[in-house]
Amino acid sequence: MEHVIEMLNIRKEFGNFVANDNITLQLKKGEIHALLGENGAGKSTLMNVLFGLYQPEGGEIRVRGQEVKITDPNVANNLGIGMVHQHFMLVEDFSVTENIILGSEPTKGGMISVKAAAKKVQELSELYNLNVDPYAKIEDISVGMQQRVEILKTLYRGAEILIFDEPTASLTPQEITELIQIMRRLIEEGKSIILITHKLKEIMDVSDRVTVIRKGKGIGTVITSETNPNDLASLMVGRQVEFKTVKGVANPTTDVLEIKDLVVCDYRGVEKVKSLNLQVRKGEIVGIAGIDGNGQSELIEAITGLRKVKSGQVFMNGQEITGQRPRKVTESGVGHIPQDRHKHGLVLDFPVGHNIALQTYYSSPNSKNGFMDYSAISKKANEIIRKYDVRTQGDHEPARALSGGNQQKAIIGREIDRDPDLLIAALPTRGLDVGAIEFIHQRLIEQRDKGKAVLLISFELDEVMNVSDRIAVIYDGQIVDTLDPLQTNEQELGLLMAGQTKNGTQSTQVKEEGSTHV
Amino acid sequence: MTKRKFGLALSMVLAASTILGACGADKEETKKGNGGEEKNDFSVAMVTDVGGVDDKSFNQSAWEGIKEFGADNGLEKGDGGIDYLQSKSDADYNTNLNKLVRRDFDLVFGVGYKMQESVEEISKQKQDNKFAIIDSVVDQPNVASVLFKEQEGSYLAGVAAALMTKSKKIGFVGGMESDVIERFEAGFLEGVKAVDPSIKVDVQYAGAFDKAELGKTTANRMYSSGVDIIFHAAGGTGNGVFAEAKELKTKNPDSYVWVIGVDSDQYEEGAVGDTNVTLTSMLKRVDIAVQDLTKLAMEDKFPGGETSVYGLAEDGVALADSRGAIPEDVLAQIDEYAKKIADGDVVVPETVE
Amino acid sequence: MSNRLVNILVPGVSVILGLLVGAVVMMVSGYDPVEGYIALWNGIFGDAYTIGETIRQITPYILAGLAVAFAFRTGLFNIGVEGQLIVGWFAAAYVGITFDELPKMIHLPLAIIAAALAGALWGFIPGLLKAKFKVHEVIVTIMMNYIALHTSNALIRAVSDGGDNTGGINPTASLRSEFLENMTDFSRLHYGILIALAMVLVMWLILEKTTRGFELKAVGLNQHASEYAGMNVNKNIILAMVISGAFAGLAGAMEALGTFGYASVKGGFTGIGFDGIAVALLGANTPLGVIFGATLFGSLKYGATNMPNEAGIPEEIVSIIIAIIIFFVASGYVIRLLLERFSKKKEAK
Repeated sequence: MEHVIEMLNIRKEFGNFVANDNITLQLKKGEIHALLGENGAGKSTLMNVLFGLYQPEGGEIRVRGQEVKITDPNVANNLGIGMVHQHFMLVEDFSVTENIILGSEPTKGGMISVKAAAKKVQELSELYNLNVDPYAKIEDISVGMQQRVEILKTLYRGAEILIFDEPTASLTPQEITELIQIMRRLIEEGKSIILITHKLKEIMDVSDRVTVIRKGKGIGTVITSETNPNDLASLMVGRQVEFKTVKGVANPTTDVLEIKDLVVCDYRGVEKVKSLNLQVRKGEIVGIAGIDGNGQSELIEAITGLRKVKSGQVFMNGQEITGQRPRKVTESGVGHIPQDRHKHGLVLDFPVGHNIALQTYYSSPNSKNGFMDYSAISKKANEIIRKYDVRTQGDHEPARALSGGNQQKAIIGREIDRDPDLLIAALPTRGLDVGAIEFIHQRLIEQRDKGKAVLLISFELDEVMNVSDRIAVIYDGQIVDTLDPLQTNEQELGLLMAGQTKNGTQSTQVKEEGSTHV
Repeated sequence: MTKRKFGLALSMVLAASTILGACGADKEETKKGNGGEEKNDFSVAMVTDVGGVDDKSFNQSAWEGIKEFGADNGLEKGDGGIDYLQSKSDADYNTNLNKLVRRDFDLVFGVGYKMQESVEEISKQKQDNKFAIIDSVVDQPNVASVLFKEQEGSYLAGVAAALMTKSKKIGFVGGMESDVIERFEAGFLEGVKAVDPSIKVDVQYAGAFDKAELGKTTANRMYSSGVDIIFHAAGGTGNGVFAEAKELKTKNPDSYVWVIGVDSDQYEEGAVGDTNVTLTSMLKRVDIAVQDLTKLAMEDKFPGGETSVYGLAEDGVALADSRGAIPEDVLAQIDEYAKKIADGDVVVPETVE
Repeated sequence: MSNRLVNILVPGVSVILGLLVGAVVMMVSGYDPVEGYIALWNGIFGDAYTIGETIRQITPYILAGLAVAFAFRTGLFNIGVEGQLIVGWFAAAYVGITFDELPKMIHLPLAIIAAALAGALWGFIPGLLKAKFKVHEVIVTIMMNYIALHTSNALIRAVSDGGDNTGGINPTASLRSEFLENMTDFSRLHYGILIALAMVLVMWLILEKTTRGFELKAVGLNQHASEYAGMNVNKNIILAMVISGAFAGLAGAMEALGTFGYASVKGGFTGIGFDGIAVALLGANTPLGVIFGATLFGSLKYGATNMPNEAGIPEEIVSIIIAIIIFFVASGYVIRLLLERFSKKKEAK
């Protein structure tokens, strides 16, 4: 089979940093070729080289056997290369068609002729089973649909080779299934696909071959059917990775966190947490399983003082902390890895060191008599950077410049280093690769083994089942059941999370089972 | 002397740092040399207030006086002749006066009452130089002060307005409240009262001399309340009064609206096609005062420390040619009033009671 | 090309480009650019007097620039520096004329503090409205400018019995100094420059050294994270506006106690507060940068007045040239880009 794209010994440097070190990637016509690597391994850099956004320092690119110089994205477009970006580049209040023709508007006597374009969009949509309404406004359609618009955009411009950059990052499981079907359909019509991802499951599901890169170096290309997730993970990370988290038996003792009949409203005044009861004890990890939007965010924000409590009580080590300001809550022994690390977890334009001091900047030794001691902060920051393997050019680098995984490690380092009695971890591994996930899970278990309490909130069933000692299922603002992870399975959890009781009936108000404590 | 040296050293250090600086130093040297030799004629310059030299008002009038003096004595614009500097903000008064002094002008005018503090300060520092101030008094031996009896000219404007009004309603638009503008107001009110005490005068202050749009809205309010003649003492703000009157006249050529201009003859301002809304203008002959004073200074009779007051008797204030807008019989009546003032039979008050 | 070299080159190249385009403007309108720029140079550095006046002009620019920059650094856009300056001006002048028996040691600081407090109050109001009711500070500060202008005008009339000038302040409240005047051939250079420079240090200390500064910056960059970290967001917003306003008020004190020695009724804004925005941006909102921005702005603005004087170039052309130079400095980003591209091409060879 012929190669439609060959990137041979590509080298790309940023100053002294080598982002791509002699990487070779060959895409066959009609295949789905996965590009696998950890966050920051150089996947996006390589694709930006292919798309003409960066110029390589070395190596050559061949398209259909011809050597080419891709100096900017227009050249890439003309060569039939299209990119479906991770962050969609769409104008919210334009229609689907208007977005697709943006930049290459067909004109008729100086007027844009949207109608003809819409017809073509409709045809393409039908050919690939995309089911997109050409006249719908972007702001009115779902994220999955917006992604299809991005795909249509590349097809409309005649792309033969499509690059998908982390396409499943913001999709629901249903949408992911549909996307995989779309990708298969594209192959049927003779297109070729490069899929950038760090999710092993997707690769196994959809790709024909996988090229793995690690820390900027090409590790090799394998045929998907001849490998397995474990091998891929160790190729990617460079060592053996454990998927099943190894941990000892929990020895829970007294209550650290106790929540009684808690009621919390969202910003519109709608009750999202409804008379919720929950206890977390020393030496255990309680995982809250549930589908997004069932009151998890409001629950955490209420505990940590970021949101007003309507009624009910929260106790830390027997002391009531209901409605206290965040600082009081923190000082009562609560550590909080927030759900949205960019919104709450970090001041992105602050240096990493300042961010590591964000919870302790005001107390000794960081601050004395109203003046900061930045050398003490820097010292502490470097200690945490080392201990938690935060990959950064130093504590003076802005947090914004770090990859998501390293940002998260900095936050986790900050929160765990204070040795809180209760650690609240909300979606601590979202968007991270397997290596980082493993690392973070180990830290949580470490805290538990030190006799601390951990409250884990996650939308991923695997994570909840792997890490927790006890699973509390949240549905519609209440804990509907508490389960032992060893005694349950995904099916049972899935049903509970969807509001079904164990015997299969729909339950919205499960008072008897809602007040749960093992 | 030591201070000079310090300054020179400072500027040399800074100058040495660039090529431009080197040029600058050279140029200055030659200029100073020239200045010393050329000083054989009398030279005069002025600093405008923030109104600028083309304000169609007293700044312009003052510069015209200096130009005329220059023409009579064969002086050119520039060093050793005549010149002006415009001030963009209050902070420029001091430095502009200083700059002209440094260029060795024999007499430097500060035009406008706002420059009083600055003229006082600089005159104390530069006691060998001669200064003059218009519209204010600076009590220094090297400063001649010039005041005008605006109240006398305004009195005549008031008489004219009172004799010409049909609606018995007259307007007055002032710039900013100050002693000078109050003299305009006081004289005007007195003049109206002398003719017919039953006439109502609507008095408004715009709060600025450079806000034409404010002048326009004020005039609009006045005209629509039945006022038919407005006298403005508001500099650039007054241009808005003209604009409003011209607009009304354009819409309806038969409408009876008039403006009385101020400081210089504002006939040109009021032209609407073939007609004109300028009834007359209250002239304040800053140009005459400037010329008088400059001549005295040239003849070594500079009235330092004294205050010259220009009234009707001195031709310092007057009404402009109405070009037929005011009928002969009315003009004759106005002349009678003018004579009374010039003779001292009538004393016009400077302040509003 | 090293970063350091680029950092030095960019402003230099910007200024030179600005001067070149300005020269073209002069040539096109029939004036000699060499003569024009010599006049500009002499207007800034010509002799002790002009240097004194240049520094005098720079002084309020530094403080206005600090006020804007401080607010910027704490995530606020203070358009109200002009109004805060005007109330500070009046407050300083009022204290300056009211007390006559006080020794200078007390009177002068009192007048300066009054100005800072007045400016702080003028900043406090928009800060409070922003913190409590989420009213955008840009709207409030713009409106506060008008309130400041007309209120201070009314107050000046009130204290001067209907006049348009408070009259001169007592010498015990003056920043003027015979020493500086003599040294600079009777320029109006006053001790205010020392206060302005001290405030540069104060701003740096607050932002870079104090715990409060850490909070102010954090709140400015990310309110959510600051709240998460236990900071009192509202308190910090108000405090940021108060400090910014105090800097602006001090700029007013410079005019009241230094340059003018009185407060007079104003027909419009002074413009210093608005220029402060440009000064802060030119200085990248850093304390040291503000000195640079204020020096550039102040020198050009003051030096330019010498161009009609010495080279006979009309005001209007001069204004265009100064605007062009400042424009080029402000667009240093473009020049940085060009430099980088240039150096890249070189490396490629």
